[in-house]
Amino acid sequence: MYRYDSIDQQLINERVAQYRGQIARNLAGTLSDDELRPLRLQNGLYIQRHGPMLRIAIPYGLLAADQLRKLADISRRYDKSVGHFTTRQNMQLNWPKFEETPEILGELATVEMHAIQTSGNCIRNITTDPFAGVAPDELTDPRPWCEVLRQWSTFHPEFAFLPRKFKIAVNAAAEDRAVIRAHDVGLEIVTNESGEIGVRVFAGGGMGRTPVIGKVVREFLPRQHLLTYLDALLRVYNRYGRRDNMYKARIKILVNALGVEEFARQVEEEWAFIKDGPATLTDGEFNRIAAHFAPPAYESLPANDTAFDEAVAGNKAFAAWVKRSVRPHKVPGYAAVTLSLKAAGVAPGDISDVQMDAVADLADRFSFGELRVTHEQNVVLADVRQRDLLEVWTLARAQGLATANIGLLTDMICCPGGDLCALANARSVPIAQAIHQKFDDLDYLHDLGDISLNISGCMNSCGHHHVANIGVLGVDKNNEEWYQVTVGGQQGNATTLGKVIGPSFSAEEVPDVVEALVNVYVENRTDSERFIDTFQRLGIEPFKERAYQGRDRKKTAKQATGEANV
Amino acid sequence: MSKIIKNGQIVEDAWQVVKLAEGETADAVTFGANQLLPLAVWQARKDEILALGAPIGVWLDSAEGPEAIAGDLAHFAVVAVNFPKFADGRGYSTARLLRERYGYTGELRAIGDVLHDQLFFMKRCGFDAYAVRADKDIAAALAGLNDFSETYQAAVDQPQPLFRRRAA
Repeated sequence: MYRYDSIDQQLINERVAQYRGQIARNLAGTLSDDELRPLRLQNGLYIQRHGPMLRIAIPYGLLAADQLRKLADISRRYDKSVGHFTTRQNMQLNWPKFEETPEILGELATVEMHAIQTSGNCIRNITTDPFAGVAPDELTDPRPWCEVLRQWSTFHPEFAFLPRKFKIAVNAAAEDRAVIRAHDVGLEIVTNESGEIGVRVFAGGGMGRTPVIGKVVREFLPRQHLLTYLDALLRVYNRYGRRDNMYKARIKILVNALGVEEFARQVEEEWAFIKDGPATLTDGEFNRIAAHFAPPAYESLPANDTAFDEAVAGNKAFAAWVKRSVRPHKVPGYAAVTLSLKAAGVAPGDISDVQMDAVADLADRFSFGELRVTHEQNVVLADVRQRDLLEVWTLARAQGLATANIGLLTDMICCPGGDLCALANARSVPIAQAIHQKFDDLDYLHDLGDISLNISGCMNSCGHHHVANIGVLGVDKNNEEWYQVTVGGQQGNATTLGKVIGPSFSAEEVPDVVEALVNVYVENRTDSERFIDTFQRLGIEPFKERAYQGRDRKKTAKQATGEANV
Repeated sequence: MSKIIKNGQIVEDAWQVVKLAEGETADAVTFGANQLLPLAVWQARKDEILALGAPIGVWLDSAEGPEAIAGDLAHFAVVAVNFPKFADGRGYSTARLLRERYGYTGELRAIGDVLHDQLFFMKRCGFDAYAVRADKDIAAALAGLNDFSETYQAAVDQPQPLFRRRAA
């Protein structure tokens, strides 16, 4: 992974000093709360329902074992011994003390970490495929590209006060695992007809209040032009994005207002002035960064380990876990393992200090000391020998990290919701837990197969409900919590937005509604169909009808996606 | 006289920002020395202003692009860019364009909601003068110009990105 040189380290140290000064000035009364607000947000500090929340950056989800140990240590000393992984592959601490946040950032800096630009109207953490570098279906490792973008976006002087937040994701695999079409800018690494490497650029995607699928603004951008082109694109957005209404300030609104062709034309026009300028990426720099991501010292192993095959054959629980949690790897004899943070009774994405230490130990022993955070809020050990899988499973199981539900209905993406978040309209974690309780039979879950169920506590959509097969969105009606359900969304290459099935439901109804939707699938599926396939074949009507069957629902719910016409 | 930061020093400054009141037109302005004039006044009364033969200052509001004065830059002693709220970041693009695209080399001044913690970014984008908001401690704000000792990106203050200098 990328390791800091003295300059990178110095910048992070100076950031801590800057932030320390800002907090001191705020406490002394010379920097008002309103003036501090954007500054603290650009260091990840929110003021929440019960106090501050600190969002720590995990660039493109990649962590070293020692960094995770530091997070465990920080969670013990400054928080309640628990962290929460987010859909931007970051970690949130929900109970830090305001006055101690400079200390926390100082601690993070000792392990090359920070909270820079994890919030605020600036370029946020770059995200990518959690299987980057090991996925058999990838064209190239996207992580060097992400690191190039991390450095370019860090303290970018022109784009620190954009109209609204700006999220970039990178995918280099045949199957998009980074939701690039639901980002302000999505970059798909591709080669052109002459074999040159570059990116296809999508812009104007995003979830939130007005979900939009990103559109292609450039079919092919050679690698060396990555930064100048993005400078041009961001400049068009910075100058012309709306600033009069925060709900209409994301780039998707600008792209839609101009039309994608006109937006792309304006970017090209701006780019013509700076193309081939000093910010043109050099091969030397790319190679310097790429060298940090050189493959680890893999052993030469047979493609199939006999002892592993025997264990799978003889151990049903292990076999079930392997089926859901173990993915193929580029290198023979290795596998990528997803540790589930979706055990019953636990808030999705939460990880305790003890679990963090345990995962760090697993990474050190079995996966070259590194791990990845997924946007689905799980943890990946990317480089495990097949012959070690049984031991990894045994150790992970002892920590509650081996629930065999990856990709299944209970592998829910879920925001912290109204229990913690000041923005939320409704609680989300209790809904997730109630659904988990209803679907507690693992054999049945395996029989249902791939289903994504995502929950957001408000239309900011941190829980990615728009791109879930079944999406649940918390809405507020007369100060009561209600839940709007969407069906038919999906992520990946065919990213689709779910459709609202109708008036919203009470919290108590949600698990039954999910069951009703699942039953329509079970009763109608063919042998090879996943939930989404059956939905696409049948359309929304049978799902809608079943969801409301026996429910005397007046059409009272105001649709929460009221700006869908924007 | 008020104080501004200019070229890294706190100095006395005589320029006054002229603003048009709601409904007021460019005709309402009475010309005097050291006025930073709104773009609308410059555009409407350019010949008169040039005939005065005095140093000319113009300010752009955050929604006013640098294109509007790109052909006139040789006339100006000062160009100011207004930050109506410090979180309105359009002025950063304006400043870079004035310097990098239109070749403006005179004083480029940030006015409006100009605060300690934005000075570093402003400097990078080409500002060399800062009318720090009057209720703030300008001496303390001065330190904000130097929050960081290095920078990753190419910008006005350092046209070479770090990766080109790192490699050297």
